Formats: sequence, C-alpha cells, structure tokens
Amino acid sequence: MTEYKTVFGSLDSYEKGRIEIIDDDPKHYAFSNVFEVANKSKAYEKVAVALNQQYALEVIRAEGDSDWFVCDHDETILCMDGEVRVEFVKPDKALHSDGADGSHPIAGVPAGKPMGHVLLRRGHQALLPKHSAYRFSAKKTSVLLQQTLNGPLTKQRWASICLS
Amino acid sequence: MSTTDTTVKSSPANEHGYKSFELGGFKFHRDEFFVHVTWPTGTHLMSVDTFLRALQRDCAWNFFYGTVNFDHVIGTINHYGNVDLFAGKFNDAYRTAELDHLENFPSEQILGTFREMLADWTNAGYDPFASPAETAAPWGVKNGDNTAAITRQRVAATRMVGVKGDEKIRSDESGYPVNRMFADVPQDEPEVHIEPGFESEIAAFNLFAYLSRSDVTWNPSVVSVVKESLYCPTTEEYILPVVHGNDRVEWFIQLSDFISWDVQDRDSGSPRAKVIMKAGDVAAMPADIRHQGYSPKRSMLLVWENNSADLPALIASGKAPTYPINF
Ligand SMILES: [Fe+2]
Repeated sequence: MTEYKTVFGSLDSYEKGRIEIIDDDPKHYAFSNVFEVANKSKAYEKVAVALNQQYALEVIRAEGDSDWFVCDHDETILCMDGEVRVEFVKPDKALHSDGADGSHPIAGVPAGKPMGHVLLRRGHQALLPKHSAYRFSAKKTSVLLQQTLNGPLTKQRWASICLS
Repeated sequence: MSTTDTTVKSSPANEHGYKSFELGGFKFHRDEFFVHVTWPTGTHLMSVDTFLRALQRDCAWNFFYGTVNFDHVIGTINHYGNVDLFAGKFNDAYRTAELDHLENFPSEQILGTFREMLADWTNAGYDPFASPAETAAPWGVKNGDNTAAITRQRVAATRMVGVKGDEKIRSDESGYPVNRMFADVPQDEPEVHIEPGFESEIAAFNLFAYLSRSDVTWNPSVVSVVKESLYCPTTEEYILPVVHGNDRVEWFIQLSDFISWDVQDRDSGSPRAKVIMKAGDVAAMPADIRHQGYSPKRSMLLVWENNSADLPALIASGKAPTYPINF
C-alpha cells in the first residue's frame, strides 16, 4: 500500500505558496503564511492574518508566559506548531470589557477561582470561554491561531505579510 | 400568507430505471451516463458523476452561501428562504445569445425535488461525498440506492466540537476510522484538566485528528463558533465538485498539504488567478469571484465564514467591499 505523507507546516519548515495572476490584483487575496508571520512577530503579538468585517483571525508567536487576557465573547485557539499551556481563571469580579470586541489585557494575576488548564500540541484546538481570564505559556517557541473579533490588541500589518 | 408548494413533480421510471423530475420550466432526466437538463430556451448534458456530486452538496448545504455552479451552465443562487435555479446566467455567451434562463423557488420546494432526485439517481455503492478513489461508480441502469450516504447529518457545533453537550469527537468506535491518506496524522488528544464546576467551559480536542477521520470530501462543517464567525474545516481530495461563487468574502487557511484554486470572474467565468496554497497559507476569496479547488492528495482546509445575514446586501449595494483588506 502507498504510504502517504501528510505535510504540515512549522516555524522551522514551511513552504509558502503563490498566486499566478491572470487578470487581477494579488492584494485582493491578502495571501500570507501563518509560520512566516510568526517568524517575524514578537512574543504574544496578535497579528491579523484574516479579517471579515468585525471578525478576525490572529497569529500569535507563543514564547514564555503571556499576560492574562479577558474577553466578553467566546474565542478559540488552535495550536499550529509547538506546545502551549493555557490556564483559566474565573475572575471574582467582572474584569471584562463591557461587551467590547476582541481580547483585552489585564494587569497582574486575576483574583478568582482556578477553572483548569489545557496543554495543546500541534492540531489541538481549545475554547477560550467568554468571561474567563486566560494566559498562555510555551517552553519553546510555538504558533497559535486565534479565532476572535478585531480588538484593541489586534495588529494589522498587511503590507508586510501579504503577497503583492 | 401563502403556503409553499413542496409537491415533487416526477414521472415514473424510464427505460434506464430512473424517474424524471420537473421544477417550473426545468426538466431533469437521467440515463446510464448523463443527466439531461432542459429549459424553455435550451438543453444541457452533464456527466452523472459531476452532477450527483454537485447535487449532493447543494442539498447537504441547504444551497450554501451565494452561487453553487454545477458547471459552466447550471447552478443555484441562495437567497436564504428562496433559491434561483439557473441555466447560462453566469456564462457570457449564453447571456449574449439570450439563451439564459432563471426561475425562483421557495427553498423547501427545490430542496424537496433535489433530495428525491439525489435519492433516485444514486445507485447502491456510490457515495457522492466520497473521493472517487473510495467509492463505486455511478454509471449504469438503476441499481438499488445509498440512503445512508446521501442523508448524512452535517456537523454543526454550537460552540466547539468536544464541549460538553456539543458535537462529539470522532473515533474508530463511533464509526470514523482514520483515512488512508492521513494514516500518519498523530491521534493524541490534548491534556485537559478541569476544576469542578467548569465542565461546560473548559474543553479542547485534536482538530487535525478529527479531520483525519472525516469520511467525506469537499464538505465544510462547523467545528467552532464565535458569534457569526464559523470555522468550517473540510478534507479535500480530487476536485471540488461545484464552482462556488460566494455572496461574501470567505477565507481559506490551508492546514495541511496543497490545493490549487482556479479563480474566475463570478459573473462571466473569465479566469482571474490561480491561488496555490500550501500548509500554513492564508488567502481570501473575494466576493466577486467563483472558485474551484484541486487537491492531489487528501488535504485539510479550514474554510472561515462570516455567517452574518446582512453581508450579501451590504456587498451587493457596495457598502461593503468585495475584497476584505485595503493595503
Ligand atoms: Fe467557497
């Protein structure tokens, strides 16, 4: 039987595709690569790679411990490379953002009840439940893709990440 | 208030054993190899293989977002409650010759007819959702049916797969063995530690393992939801059986392997670009194009949709751009 090899990308090994234009502008496709974006990012920057009205997908270079974040809506996090621990706390008093979109940083460690933690490796996806506080920790540099809304931490640098 | 006529107009089995169907001025007829479509100004033949793969998806997706082109002539446009069935509408030559034709039907009426056609024209052993390498052929005279394959429940998570009470992860036991082309995909599940009282909040699953166990191709299904933001990953092998012309921007994140997309102008079909995506690549599909993907090896594609009901009108009226980013 044929042995098939499934190709996933990683920080160290990825090959970016391309656009062959016939009659269009390559900018219309906002074509980037999550590993290339993570390679060029600072730790825990949230860099938009996809945007649809108020909704965003952000690439995060996970390295060491992140700040704590809160959010008024569900989000999800998908590990694209490496290993990342996510720790959750239910804050004693509401720390969130009065319905504002996206994730918001909070200062220090939130006072509240531990909810648990998850350890994500490549391909693993976790819920970041609304009204909880969470933080990421990565012993070695890892790559995350966050499903969220365009918020105060979302960085848009399309010209430097997209094919043009 | 009028009630919707959902009566399916069909005629008894022909010499090949297949029923014929009528929807307004459209007539559908099948023989051993072809589907014959006629409308007041024209006729069209499609390979029954291509036709059933497209019909299966149009039914399962409840007409999806925007336009589902079965090929360069036949297709549907979803207006979310009612649906246009057309011939030649998105084909410059047909339009110029004034041979194009379009009729609007309540969704339940066209869905009822399409489902019965799909059920009658799908023979035993043929699965229109499967890769052609993993199913029997659709040809020949009427030979049984495959109800289980064509009435699969579409996955639609409320928050995320694996959350308590939501869609379940897949396993050998639940009838989803790992696909032959994903035999090397790690099947480890994340470590999840939950403090008492937070069982409904803390959840994680292996999305790649989940996708490696998908038994269908080119069938986006919802695994996570953030308001109207839907993760609709799918596994792809061979050719997308429809040419999708969206009424909004959609995004692709290539999770594994490789897909080549042919992108054409949505209205004329004139080629605009080839988008060649490898693992980790992200690309938008603008709202004024149609696209068809080619996947040489089974691959994992994350389709990201904005499900907002307001979008088609915003884009059609020019209040929202047809491409997502200005830079
Ligand atoms: Fe599409």
